[in-house]
Amino acid sequence: MGGLAHFLEDEGLATTQISLIRPQTENTKPPRALWVPFELGRPMGAPNDAAFQLRVLRAALALLERTDGPVVLEDFPDDAPTDTAAQENDEGWFCPISLPPLAMDLAAGGGFKTAMAAEIAGLSTWYDIALRERGRTTVGLSGLAVDEIVDFVCAFLDGRVPENPNGELSLGQNLKFAVEDLKAYYREAAGAQPGHNTGKQMNNWFYGQTAAGTALYALWPIAAELARQRDDGFMKTFANLLLIPASQKFRAEKEEA
Amino acid sequence: MVRLADLDEPERSHLGTIPCPDFETRPWVNGPAMAARRVAMVSTAALQHRDDRPLLAGAGDYRVIANDAPDGDLVMAHISTNFDRSGFEQDLNVVLPRDRLREMAAAGEIGSVGKYHYAFMGSTNPGGMETAAREMAGHLKADGVDTVFLLPV
Repeated sequence: MGGLAHFLEDEGLATTQISLIRPQTENTKPPRALWVPFELGRPMGAPNDAAFQLRVLRAALALLERTDGPVVLEDFPDDAPTDTAAQENDEGWFCPISLPPLAMDLAAGGGFKTAMAAEIAGLSTWYDIALRERGRTTVGLSGLAVDEIVDFVCAFLDGRVPENPNGELSLGQNLKFAVEDLKAYYREAAGAQPGHNTGKQMNNWFYGQTAAGTALYALWPIAAELARQRDDGFMKTFANLLLIPASQKFRAEKEEA
Repeated sequence: MVRLADLDEPERSHLGTIPCPDFETRPWVNGPAMAARRVAMVSTAALQHRDDRPLLAGAGDYRVIANDAPDGDLVMAHISTNFDRSGFEQDLNVVLPRDRLREMAAAGEIGSVGKYHYAFMGSTNPGGMETAAREMAGHLKADGVDTVFLLPV
């Protein structure tokens, strides 16, 4: 981000920016940056909180009036209200939608597909509510319907290599987009009811309590082996770095210890 | 929340030690008074219109986001799985605050909002973005933009 600011400023445009990782901004030294103590993925702090977003925006733009450059790095003073509310209720957020209990052995006999289909049946009403209330969905990267995504992912879990649904992209890239769409579908449905939650809480639910999350853990070694067989660099990166968040791997290791 | 000390160790070390570019110059542009500025945004969230060619890992190019494009037409193709997307799913403004910028323009706090915003793929070597960024600067200036607000994700 700081590199882009440097290039734009060098081209004659005044810049100001949000900083999420303070050490990176300290090292890159862009002209003006406002460090914010917000969750990665939420540079303006809080969804659906216009007043707070406006405070952040005004603070970032105010750096344009500073005269003590060429490097200004300021700290935003407050945590995001979403984070504060969620932390006060740290153990309390749970998915408001009742999903079927997870079977002991999802990998046996098409268990993942059956379990994910049952979850999606339970989530679909709430996904539709979220779509109606927000007027948008972020599902759609893969171009596949959610049941097609389940079929696509489960083919890998069943030991098959499915047909690439979009020949303009690699199989690994399509799998990445399909997985992102699957996660977005679950999160949009689970977030349909009002209440504060952080990305960490949402991830804890998805990876810790759903068949879909369990399926992605099962997909990890399968994709890694496929990458090895095909000498597929992107599939290898996908399997090892882009499938399960590092924080969730850490959480799972802690729980097993 | 994203104080490095709050993150679990593998992520903390990774984020705290990512190589950063070291520039020899420190350009600094003042620009007009706030109420006269025309502001556009640049995001590294790999935002794109649904029918755009997907932004892919390692690519230094950008996608153009029309300021008046419907929120529902925008998706996020970012490669990383290590940041929250649920905020973006609930409200585009948490990543690209177009509504807030329009409100500031309507209130006269800034002059106007650019016709287009731009999005790059984050987690990309900044050097690989330089050519595209300088080209983008030309488009921004052609639109009368004098000020850019940049947002990581």
